[in-house]
Parts: sequence; C-alpha cells; structure tokens
Amino acid sequence: MEINLPILDSKVKTNDQTCGCHTPMIQDRYWRSLDELADSPDFQQYLKTEFPTKHELWDTPINRRDFLKIMGASVALAAFAGCRKPMQKIFPYTETPETLVPGKPLFFASTIPFAGYGMGVLVESHEGRPTKIEGNPNHPTSLGASNIFMHAAVLALYDPDRSQSIQYSGMTQTWEKASQAMREEAAAQVGKQGSGLRILTETITSPLIASQMVALQKKFPSMKWHQYDSTHRDAAHDASIRAFGRATDTHYKMDQADVVLSIDGDFMTTGPSHLRYARDFVSRRKVQKESKSMNRLYVVESTPSMTGGFADHRLPLSSDEIDGFTRALARTLGVPVEGSIALSSEAQKWVKEVASDLSQAGRRALVLAGDYQPASVHILVHAINDALSNAGTTVYYTTPVEAVPSNHLASLKELCNDIDAGKVDSLFILGGNPLYTAPSDLNLQARFDNIRFRMHLSPYEDETSMRCHWHIPQTHPLESWGDLRAADGTVSLQQPLIAPLYEGKTPSEFLSVFLNDADQNAHDLLKEFWSLRWGSINAEKEWKIALHDGVVVNTVLAPESVSFRTSAARSVEGLLKTNDIDVIFRPDPTIWDGQYANNGWLQELPKGMAKLTWDNAAIMSPSLAEKLKVKNEDFITLSEDKRSLKMPVWILPGQATNTITLHLGYGRTLAGSVGNQRGFNITALRQSEGYWQTNASAQKTSGNYRLACTQHHNSMEGRDIIREITLTELLRNPQAIQEKSDHDPKPEETLYSHPRAQDYAWGMTIDLNSCIGCNACVTGCQSENNIPVVGKEQVLLGREMQWIRVDRYFNGNPDDPEVAYQPVACVHCENAPCEPVCPVGATVHSDEGLNEMVYNRCIGTRYCSNNCPYKVRRFNFLQYADTDTPSYKLMNNPNVTVRARGVMEKCTYCVQRINAAKIEADKEDRLVRDGEIITACQAACPTQAIVFGNLNDKGSRVSKIKEDLRNYGLLADLGTHPRTTYLAKVRNPNPALS
Amino acid sequence: MSNHKPLIRPDASYGSVADEIGNVVLTDRFKPGWIVGVCIGFALLQVLNISISWLLARGIGVWGLNIPVGWGFDITNFVWWIGIGHAGTFISAILLLCNQKWRTSVNRFSEAMTIFAVMCAGLFPVLHLGRIWKAYWLFPYPNQMALWPQFRSPLLWDVFAVSTYASVSVVFWLIGLIPDFATLRDRAQNIWVKRLFGFASLGWRGSASHWHRYQTAYLLLAGLSAPLVVSVHTTVSFDFAVSILPGWHTTIFPPYFVAGAIYSGFAMVLTLAIPFRAYYQQKNLITERHLDYMARVMLATGLIVAYGYIVEAFTSWYSGNVYELGLFATRLKGPYAPIYYALWLCNIILPQLLWFKKYRSNTIFLFIISLVINTGMWFERFVIIVLSLHRDFIPSSWGMYYPTKWEIGLFLGSMGLFVTLFFLFIRFLPAISIFETIELLAEEKGDLKHD
Repeated sequence: MEINLPILDSKVKTNDQTCGCHTPMIQDRYWRSLDELADSPDFQQYLKTEFPTKHELWDTPINRRDFLKIMGASVALAAFAGCRKPMQKIFPYTETPETLVPGKPLFFASTIPFAGYGMGVLVESHEGRPTKIEGNPNHPTSLGASNIFMHAAVLALYDPDRSQSIQYSGMTQTWEKASQAMREEAAAQVGKQGSGLRILTETITSPLIASQMVALQKKFPSMKWHQYDSTHRDAAHDASIRAFGRATDTHYKMDQADVVLSIDGDFMTTGPSHLRYARDFVSRRKVQKESKSMNRLYVVESTPSMTGGFADHRLPLSSDEIDGFTRALARTLGVPVEGSIALSSEAQKWVKEVASDLSQAGRRALVLAGDYQPASVHILVHAINDALSNAGTTVYYTTPVEAVPSNHLASLKELCNDIDAGKVDSLFILGGNPLYTAPSDLNLQARFDNIRFRMHLSPYEDETSMRCHWHIPQTHPLESWGDLRAADGTVSLQQPLIAPLYEGKTPSEFLSVFLNDADQNAHDLLKEFWSLRWGSINAEKEWKIALHDGVVVNTVLAPESVSFRTSAARSVEGLLKTNDIDVIFRPDPTIWDGQYANNGWLQELPKGMAKLTWDNAAIMSPSLAEKLKVKNEDFITLSEDKRSLKMPVWILPGQATNTITLHLGYGRTLAGSVGNQRGFNITALRQSEGYWQTNASAQKTSGNYRLACTQHHNSMEGRDIIREITLTELLRNPQAIQEKSDHDPKPEETLYSHPRAQDYAWGMTIDLNSCIGCNACVTGCQSENNIPVVGKEQVLLGREMQWIRVDRYFNGNPDDPEVAYQPVACVHCENAPCEPVCPVGATVHSDEGLNEMVYNRCIGTRYCSNNCPYKVRRFNFLQYADTDTPSYKLMNNPNVTVRARGVMEKCTYCVQRINAAKIEADKEDRLVRDGEIITACQAACPTQAIVFGNLNDKGSRVSKIKEDLRNYGLLADLGTHPRTTYLAKVRNPNPALS
Repeated sequence: MSNHKPLIRPDASYGSVADEIGNVVLTDRFKPGWIVGVCIGFALLQVLNISISWLLARGIGVWGLNIPVGWGFDITNFVWWIGIGHAGTFISAILLLCNQKWRTSVNRFSEAMTIFAVMCAGLFPVLHLGRIWKAYWLFPYPNQMALWPQFRSPLLWDVFAVSTYASVSVVFWLIGLIPDFATLRDRAQNIWVKRLFGFASLGWRGSASHWHRYQTAYLLLAGLSAPLVVSVHTTVSFDFAVSILPGWHTTIFPPYFVAGAIYSGFAMVLTLAIPFRAYYQQKNLITERHLDYMARVMLATGLIVAYGYIVEAFTSWYSGNVYELGLFATRLKGPYAPIYYALWLCNIILPQLLWFKKYRSNTIFLFIISLVINTGMWFERFVIIVLSLHRDFIPSSWGMYYPTKWEIGLFLGSMGLFVTLFFLFIRFLPAISIFETIELLAEEKGDLKHD
C-alpha cells in the first residue's frame, strides 16, 4: 500500500526554510555537520553513487515500509536541519588534511573566558565533537598550558542541565518573540534617550561587545551600562586611580624578579594571568646543571593558597595584621606612612628581613598584593614597588584591558539606587548571576521585582533567570563566535567547534538586536568588526591568521609610565582591629563564584590545600578550632550583628590563627542537578561593606556535617616520600639527594630477564620544585581519559577516580607548616607489584615499559590495587561512567575505552597518544621524535614540571632530566624501579629567617 | 590410656549404638529445637540471597570497600571459613593416620562441618569479583582467546587449593558414609527411604572383601588429604605473604595460618558438638574425654598462633623498617587498635585457662571459649587484611573502611547457609559414624581379640 507522507516531507522543508539553512554557504572543507553533508553537492553525489536505489527516496514520496526503514535517519536529519545555523569558515590549527579523516582529531584555536578575560585554547575535535581543551602556545596567558576551568569547559558544553530554550514566564518561546520584545522595549525608550534602559554585564574585555556598547550608548545617550562580577578586582581598580590618578592595570614580569613578596596574592593559581605568572616564576627555579640560582618567594597571607604553599617563607597573618605588615614594610622601605603600627614580634622580624632582602634585590624585587586585599594595601604595594623602582623590570603598568574599568560593587549599588528611584524601566542582563552572587544587604531580589521588564541571557536557567521575565540561553564558548582580550591585552578570537546544541545566543547577537533591525549572527558581527579594523585588503588574510593562530597580532597593551602620588600612601585608611574573628571571603578554588557549580569535574576536584570536594566549609586554624572546641565537620555559627551563618568546620594547618575563610559559590538552588543544594551559601554574611573581609563571632553549634576530603593524612610520617633540600645545601653537596638512594635495589639486581624493546622505553619525570599544586594535570587527565565523576557519597567512601592526584603534605608547626606538593599517578614500575598478583593477567607489562591495564580481561579482584604501594589504581566499584546521558556520549575521547563497572583502571601514560605518534612515525619509517608525545598532564602543566619521553633515546629531554642529581624514584627502596621519577624540591630560604 | 575415662559408655551394645545414631535419622520425630534451628538457619539463608542479589544488581560498590582498602569483609570471611574447615580434615585424616581412636565420635560431623565451611568460604572469592560473570576465567580451560590464567598469582593458587580441598573432602566424607548408608538401608522401614539409602550405599553388603577394599581406600584417601591440612591454608596465606604490603609480606604466615586454621576449626567443632551431644543425648558417644582432647589441641595450636603474633611484632621492631614500624604503630595506636587488642584477648589471653583441667571439663566454659576463639580468629583475619591495607606506604592515600549492611548481611547469610546445611545434616544423615563407633566398641569390649 502506498501512503503519502506529506507531513514528514513538508516538515523537513519548513525547517529548512525557517532556519535559513539554504542561505548561501561559505565553502568550508573542515567544518562538517550532518546538514551540511545533506545539502552539499558532494553529499548528493555520494548518495547517488553509494546508494543508487536509496537516492530516490531522498526526494520522492516514500512507501510505508521504506518509511519505517529510514524513519530514524529522516527524523534525525529533520532535527539537525531544524537546529543548525549557517556554517562559517574556521581553520584547523596544526594540520590541514584534504578532508577530515575519520578517527583523526583536528585542533582549532579558540578562547575560553575566565572572569571576562580570554584564555587561549586549542580544542581537539573528533568528527565535529570537541572533546578536549589544551592551552594555545601562541597565547600570552596560556603559553600552551591550561588550567582546570579551561578543561572543564568541555564538560560544561555537554551538560544536559544547560538551558535549552527561550523562556518567557515559564513558557517556551521563540527567538522571534524575544527579539520582538527587546525591540519594543528599545523603541519605547527612544523618546527618553534610553534613560529607563539598563544593561548589566559582567567584566567586558571583548572589543566587539565594547563597540556594540558604544554604539548602543550613542543610540541611547541616557542608557546606563552596569558591570557586576562578584569577584571583580575592585580594590586594585580603586587603588590604581588613587595611586596613579587613572585606572591602570598592573602586570608582573615574574621571570625578571629575584625576590618576590606576595601579600595574600595567589598569583600562580588564580586570576587571568596565573598560567603565565606561574610559568615565568618557576622558570627561575629550574635548578639544573646550567643554572644554580633561584628566585625567592615570600608570602604573607590569611588562608593557605597554592602560591603560599610553594613559598620559601610563608607567614600566616589575619587581615588586619596584613594591613599592619604592609604599612610597616612600606615604612621600612622609605615610604612615608603615618600612624602607629602594632605588630607581633615575628611579623616585625619578617618586616626587617624581607625589607632588607627586597632592597638588596632592588629593581629585581617585586611586591604584589592579592586581588581581594583592600585598596589601602594595593596603594602601599604600589608605593613599595615605586620605592624599589622596579617599574619596567619586574612590574609594568598599562591602560586597563577592560573596556570600561569600573568598581563593580559601586556600579551595582548605583543600579540599586536607580531602581529605588524608579528610573529603571527595563533591565537586560548579559551573563552572570547577580541574584545569587550579590551581597545580601543589596536585597537585589526584591529590588529586581520593581523593574517592569527583565531579560536574562545566561547559559543556565539560574537564580537570576527565575526572577526575570525572559530567559535567553547563552551559547557556550565552544559554540560561539566572539573575541576576548587576555590580561595583557592580546585579543584572541573565539571560533565555534560545534553548532549550538540548543537555541543559544551570544552576547553580541543579543546586543545586535538593539542596533539592527534584522538579526545578525555572531560570525558576521565579528568578521565585520575586525574587517573594519584590518581594512578591506587585508581583512580576509588577517581573519584567517587570527583564527588559525588564535590571537590577533599587535593587540598587546604597551607598558605605560605612571607616576606614583606619594600623598596616596601617606594616609591610607587601615583596618580596625576588633576582638572578633577575622572572616574572609574568597572565590572557591574550583567552582569560583558559583558559575562552575554544575560542573562535576570541578566539584570533585580536591580544592587547593584543604583537599575538600563538593562542599565549602568554615576553614580555620588548628589553634582556633581548639579555642572554639570544635573538630572537623562540627557546625559553628558565625554571627555578625543580626546576621548569622551555620557552617561546618574544616581545620586547615597554615591558616592564620584568628581567621576563618569562607568560599563563595555554594548553596546554590538553581545551578543544575550537579550543583544544587551543595555546600553553604555564605552571602548571608557577605555585605557590601565587608565584601571580602568582615568580623564575626563564632560559636559551636550542635550537629555535624560530613565533608568529603580526599587526603585525610597530612604528614609524611617521616617517610622518604618528598625529598627536599635547600639551595645552599644542594650547592654544598650536590650528591645529597642521590645519597639517599644508595641502598635502593638496582634494576640489574634481578634473577629474571625483562624483555626490553630496542626502540622505546617510556618514562617520565616530575619536578617537585616546579609543581605548584594547581590541579591542572588532574582535570587534563580526567578530560583526556574519560574519567567519570563519582559524587560526594563515593568520595566520602574513598572512591574518587582521578588517575593523577596531587598530594599535599604539611610539616612542622600546625599553625605555620611547611608545605610540599607531589603529583602521583601510576609510576609504571619496571618491576610492578600489581602485575604478578592478577590471577587473569589483566595487568601486564609492555616491552616499552608501560604497565598496561587490559580492561576487557579484568575481573575485578582488586588484588593489584592492594599490592600497589603507590595506591594509584582506581576501581569502578559501581557503574560510574555515565553511558545513558546522550550529550555525554559526544564528549568522550573516542580513543579511550569507557570503563564499565567492576574493572580496575589507572594512568596509562596516555597510551592512545603514544600509539598515535607511533603510527605517524611508522608511516614515515622513523622513530618517534622527542617531544612528539605529550601526555595530557604534561600538556596541562603551567610550569612544565612534567616531562615525558623515550629513555632509550639518550638525547631526549626526559633522559637528560633523569641524569639530574635531584632525580629519585618514589619508594624505589621497594625495588619497583618506577619509570616516573621525581626531582627533589629545592627551597631557597633566607638564612636570616630560617 | 587406662586411667582415662572410656571413649564409649561401658553399657553400650552394638545394637544400642546403631539405634542411638540411626534413630535420629530414621524414626525420631522432628524435634522442636531442630525446627527452630532450621528456621533460624533458613531465615539467615534468605539474608544471603538478598545480599547476593543486591550485590549482583549494583556492584561491589554496595560494600564499604575503597582505595586503599580493596578487601574487607569478603576476604576476611573467606579466610575465616576456610580456616574453620581445617579441623574436619585434621580429625579425619591426620588423627586417623595417627591411630587416635577418640576421633571416631566426632569425625563424621567435623567432616561435614569442613564441607559446609568450604562451601561458605567458596562464596566469597567469587562474590568479591568486580565482574562475577567472568569468574570462570579463573580456571585454566582451553578457550578461543588462547589465554591462560596467570599462574604466578596466589589467587590462582587459591582456586586450585580450595577446589582440591573441597573435592577431596567431599569424596572422603562420602566414602566414610557408605557403610552407614547400608546400615540405614537395612534398618529403614519406609520403602522410599530404603531405596534412597540403598542407592547411596552403592551396593554395600558388608562382605569381608568390601571391608578390606574399603579400608585400603579410606587410608589412601586419608593419606591424600593429610597434606591438604597443611597446604590449603598455606596457599591461602600466600595471598598475603607474596604481596609487598607491610603486615602481609611475612614468611611466618604459612605455619601461623595453618595453626590458626586448626585452632579455629577445633573451636568450631566444640561450638557444634557441645549443643549437639546435649540435645540429642549423645553424651555417651561424644564423651567428656573427647572434649578434653579437643581443648588440648586448641591450647597447643593457640600457643603456636601466639608465637606467630609475637614474632610478627618482634620482626617489625627488629627490621627497623619505617613501613613495618608504621604498621605496628597503627595496630597499637591506630583507629582499629581495639580490634587488635580484642584479638590478643580472645585468641591468646583467655584460652590460657585451658591449662586447667577444671576449665577443660566444664562444658559450658568450653562452649563459651570456643565462641570466643572463633570471634578472635575472625578478628585476626580482619587485622591482617584491613589494618595492613588501610595505612600502607604513602600517607596521602590512607583511608578507613567501614562495612555496610550488605557485607554484614552476606556474612550472616553465610552463617545461615552453614547452619541450615548442618541442621539438615544432623537430621538426615548419621552425624556420628555408626560402623566406626561399633568398631571402637568392639575394641573396647575386646571382641576383636578372638582372632
């Protein structure tokens, strides 16, 4: 029986028409998607030649049986046709094959935003699916390295909780309706010069969006543009105006500094420049044969940061003591500071010795203040740097990277005042989640309800979206065209790796609604904007270069000379010392201000020093805990005036004795299924006065709360795990580290023969003197190797799955310990204890030295893990890998098996990358070259602490590093002969302070 | 031996012995105590069912195991059960070869106990696998993948040791039952019971040639199973001794494990025999002399175990090895220290009372001490397995292990299996060897001296 199916047929056509898929397409060889295939002449030709009988079906009425057969494909095509946008040209980064080779990934340069700044990335794409993010070597604040937020962007892209449709008062709406509503609002404002119009954005560095805002401001002169990012560096902004008379950005040349003092600044693991700073700073600590000098780092801070843990000297001080310390230091270095300063004797000693060390280093010294220190400290630090006259050598100043630098909290307060005055008719919020992040005293929620028209563009339907009339889904950075500036001003372009999975809009598309009558897509907006700048002749070439390289040339900001106003330092306001506990607020180390709350990789990533996952806590020192009579996981109530906050306690050695740290980002209610109701919302205590620091009293409260920590034991128990030495000692006795290995069994001391390949012997070194504990290797590995997230309950049971972990040990006084980090993954023992005990031979040794795990063969006895002295094996106690969520299926690295329940897994040295390189080398009939294989952890590492390569090649980097006298094998005394070895940590203490 | 109490009450006759034992099987009604016992066992068996079903449905994650503690209740229970089994083989094989007559009254049910304990033990190595459905890969069988198991792994040796042990024990036990099956066949009234025992007795007619061959076979089998007493638990101890973990990596483990196994096995025999002889009025067959002998064996093996504990501690200290010292500090002061002290109390300190005849002849005390020793031996395995795993080389990985209700359920369930099987056994099979008791009686009466 023939049945006509006009509905299916017409639906396909309708979809084609509505989404404009037949708009002329730019010829593109590398960007493939199903609808492009369907429409392209190539595909039509392919269809005819490959399936001559089926070709007819494509455009003729179908009979029922055939319909049933191809229904699946048709529906899929209809769906794709319905949601895809016109294709634009993007360029692969490293390789330009004739066509996409299935199974072979392509790399594209793009940009991921962090706090409004651009982080240059290379995105690995498998058949049109972005699966992994690496740093872009051309990008000045990546230099090829990457951080946890960059890696986690992949997971966010495929997050099924992302907002998928436009919402109007809880109903799904179309973009046509939404843009019509926007245009109507704008039209109503034309007569009033836009005086009732407000736009609230986060930090904007994008030249395109800045230009759109300028155009919008021109169209609506009385419109106000507010910016609010709850972690914005307001104090630094204010301080620069007070110190130099205008807003400036401060940049550091870490590689030039001999002595660095960081005043509560975690410059190596947070902030938009941290990858660069970490690389530069650590470049001065690579003690090898050729270089025998090292920089020295002093850190004064309230709560232990990764930078603090890396310091040669670290002094925990509460907020008011930091203030006093900075004043005293400034005064000692000749800055006229008024007022009396009370300091503890230890702090006084520090001031004296640090001041003398700094002035000795002079222009090669550097002092920096943390982003969340008050403006007064920033001004004093400017004064100190001025006194050291290090401008141009270790520090330089530029005009701000932000399009319109401002104090964000002040900007938000101004918006509040305008709302109260009834001046705000319509508010458009581009990104951000102010209703969650704003301090509680602004009462933003109630104020918002007084605005007649509210529209929110954001990637999730979050707390703010719920209180807005309209919610527009925002595209993910990997789906967007755009541009962003790095912290040094360099512009890099965002190019999409995949067509938007949902109905997302970019901020530029959103703003263009006000500026144009017809919709414009982000690609055209961006290209138009940059073409104007480049001039019509060069535009196409420059565009290609910018897309290919990921950066726009000559956009870095030039250093400017600034003059410090001495008067600014003289009378800086101080912090009042109270008897209450000093409470400081900090962005969470992994979920930041809550914007990453729904990201499982970041939630499960052990946080900084505390190694907590999935929660925030009231972090306090051992001595304060003793004073308050609390233990870990007890509740305390922090009270200030009438406000109070109940939090569980986590005791962290190294915390300033009278300071409690509270991290932002938790207690979210509309983050998504991963982030909802995790941890505690601290905004109850966070006011616009006391935005980063306040005082409160604390009291033990009944009850407790389980916190999932991944490292329960903080001491090395006197074992030879992390070897460390001071620089002086190393220079005096270069053999000192080797001497400890004298009794280790040697590889040749064995009765057994170990077959060895002639060509390759893979090995790795990890330089403990370079590891800053930033966790980038952990997320990098998680992304590369399809490592599942297990959830808080499983972490509590001790079943986290990350293949590489960063161990953190404390040593000495619990209130002021020494800290050391050690990344540990499978060390690929040549004489691996895990191998002989497996009854089915599921873990075996390759002749190239890899300790291989055969998932298919594993029956899950866990004997290998029991017998592994490094405890680096991870077991799938339950079905952890999410094989049900459709979007996550796209995310997985196709070259790595997704492990099932009941099998053991562990680090493979990224065997998929090794084999890919070997295949390439075999094709060219050569050996794999040194540096051709970069493991995921190595690629991520900002300080290049991890080096991987062929030990049989005596010229390889890893072979040379293994000859270093600091090289040692972890637990090598057990006779395991680990292929991964460590380079001992070297400290460079000031003899006067130690 | 003359000053000893007789092994069989003097007024017993051949017929009365056969009646006493056989009537339990053939004519006695179901006693209320037995029914209660079976019900308890059967209820626990359902706990086993549920625990296994949930485990299969969800995975090993329903237990409390983690990294670093990859083995917990599962292997602890395995070693405990396998240890308990040892007394049966020891009694039936080694005591037979040593011509210890007193074994006669207890050998049948201690052999049964062995088989049931091995069945319980065998559950755990299979259930502890992450992918239970691939358990058959543990056996060396020709396959299309051309893959053998890994012969270097002690777990594989376990597979051989335990399966050999189970099969030899079953054969030995069944052969021992043949003459008794024939007796029951002869005495049974019900035609179906007669046919059933007739089938089981394999045509036994009690002819002299039958007896001749029978005794040769029995001795040979005893010779075959005697080494198993030593080898099985030695192999089990290799699971630990072969590894490199402090607390596992010790050369004393094989003898110490074997002694411990016999220790716990005799404790279990007492735990079962004392209520059995009281409830079924078999006190004239299992006499106080039997109990006294078993108490002595426990005392002796307990001292060997104590020696093991002391040498472990001494070696840790004497080695000066930081990991060994760390392990011992953990045992003494770590979070699980109470279990270590409980182990000393249960296995070493309290059993010293067995030096005194007063206690050895006190049945109630013996029953209690046998329970204490069984608990203590379970603690021993827990200490060896969990305490060594939870704090090994690198402190950052140290963790804690707490069993979940599913592990406890599985443990209780395995006891349910054991209890159920044991109750069925004492009701449906002759729990004491009829022919050997008669043989012993004949010997005591001097009837055998006619020749």
